[in-house]
Amino acid sequence: MTQYIADELMTVAAARALSNNDVCFVGIGAPSAACNLARLTHAPDITLIYESGTIGTAPEVLPLSIGDGELCDTAVTTVPVPEMFRYWLQGGRITVGFLGAAQLDRFGNINTTVVGDYHAPKVRLPGGGGAPEIASSCQQIFITMKQARRSFVRQIDFFTSFGHGRGGPHRQELGITTAGPTLLITDKAVWRPDPETKEFTVMSLHPGVTQADMADTVGWDIRYGADVEETPPPTTEELEVLRALKARTAAAHVKEVA
Amino acid sequence: MAKFHALQDAVRTIIRPGMSVAFEGFTHLIPHAAAHEVIRQGIDDLTLIRMTPDLVYDQMIGMGLARKAVFSYAGNPGVGLLRRLRDAVENDWPRALEIEEHSHAAMANAYEAGAAGLPMAVFRGYLGAGLKDVNPNIRSVTCPFTGEALSAVPAIRPDVSVIHAQKADRRGNVLIEGIVGVQKEAVLAAKSAIVTVEEVVEQLDAHTNVCVLPYWTIDALVHVPGGAHPSYAHGYYPRDNAAYLNWDKIAADRDTFGKWMHENVLNADASAFASRVSQLKGET
Repeated sequence: MTQYIADELMTVAAARALSNNDVCFVGIGAPSAACNLARLTHAPDITLIYESGTIGTAPEVLPLSIGDGELCDTAVTTVPVPEMFRYWLQGGRITVGFLGAAQLDRFGNINTTVVGDYHAPKVRLPGGGGAPEIASSCQQIFITMKQARRSFVRQIDFFTSFGHGRGGPHRQELGITTAGPTLLITDKAVWRPDPETKEFTVMSLHPGVTQADMADTVGWDIRYGADVEETPPPTTEELEVLRALKARTAAAHVKEVA
Repeated sequence: MAKFHALQDAVRTIIRPGMSVAFEGFTHLIPHAAAHEVIRQGIDDLTLIRMTPDLVYDQMIGMGLARKAVFSYAGNPGVGLLRRLRDAVENDWPRALEIEEHSHAAMANAYEAGAAGLPMAVFRGYLGAGLKDVNPNIRSVTCPFTGEALSAVPAIRPDVSVIHAQKADRRGNVLIEGIVGVQKEAVLAAKSAIVTVEEVVEQLDAHTNVCVLPYWTIDALVHVPGGAHPSYAHGYYPRDNAAYLNWDKIAADRDTFGKWMHENVLNADASAFASRVSQLKGET
């Protein structure tokens, strides 16, 4: 079997969760890599949407921003940003919203706004962008990010976007009709929310990952499913396609201008 | 007919200290050249409105021109944080900055409401989100037909909107292509509008449904080739992603930032933009 790094398996596992029939609202960074890998492997007809208004885009390299020109060049259509958020997102056309986070809690609530107090922040982060409404309007939410103590926290500092709140039926209590976070893919494991409590539960560990590794990188007491499996490693094809995509991307983004 | 001006004159006559100004362009067509002219003229005490402050407001905020920023995503897209904005929020440097923070959906709706002449925008948003607890301009209304609680934000009505576009014809009709963002809404929501363009042509020769702003919606037109750099102009030059990556280092340090602004903004003029994109043009 080909050697791979944890980051690659994270992207591959996230890509596998997407299907040909999905209409996916893509966040930048790790989600963008996973969504495009899915498109380039098992889901060639997946519709990828970036919040800049590009619908059905198929970039040759991963965009640095959500509005790189290639997204528009390869899109089925490009719509104005108000239309993007009103008709396509709020209108309920998106099956999966794919997000990353700076801080995440065990109920899939996301913070990308501040570390510390909002009015006197220790660190001012970029903020939510499209995420608050992606989190509530997409039929379901996938989250992908690396595990670390400072990001997988017991309590997030700010509710940029709402996952399952304090768990259980909290979404329904707020009048939210969509499923919310249904999948969390990290560099160590695949997690799904418990059907009742909505707390993220480990469904599979990546090859070689121990429960001690998990405890070292997660700031809450981890729940494990009844039958924790081993995440299937990347196939040779998945790795080749992912590495070629990343190599094209790196070459395109560092091109210096004299 | 919309009047063609020199950039200095358009900025001097239309933008005044204390105004609310929107320099729009969603990653694409960001009007950097016009913003640099504002910086050179030292027009300050501004309320800067923009969905994604991007480098353009990082620079204006770092130069101390902003009293307040209204935004929905304050990052360097794909790179990380906006370090000058962050320094202003965290350390009041070079001056304290008031912020009014929204989501993209809220701002897009608010621009549309502004263009439509409505006092507010109504949408299904901010459900469970923390911003409505820290921003008093995020409120709730009840649908009179269904009883559903919806979010409301005030319409955005800037004193001036500034955008960059691909083409104007001789009369001053403006064509915007590619990722069109919220520019049309921003212009129609504003009391005055300045548009810089890559090219002036005899006729737009545009398809009937493309985004065109008629000349009579625009107060001043300026021909500034390359005027979006390091953002891009679809069909003319690509996004200078290397410059966005570099900005992270420049903006990380106050002195490095100051030196860069002196060299590239204060001691330059709008004509520099054409040469900044000349190498990029081969790649489109």
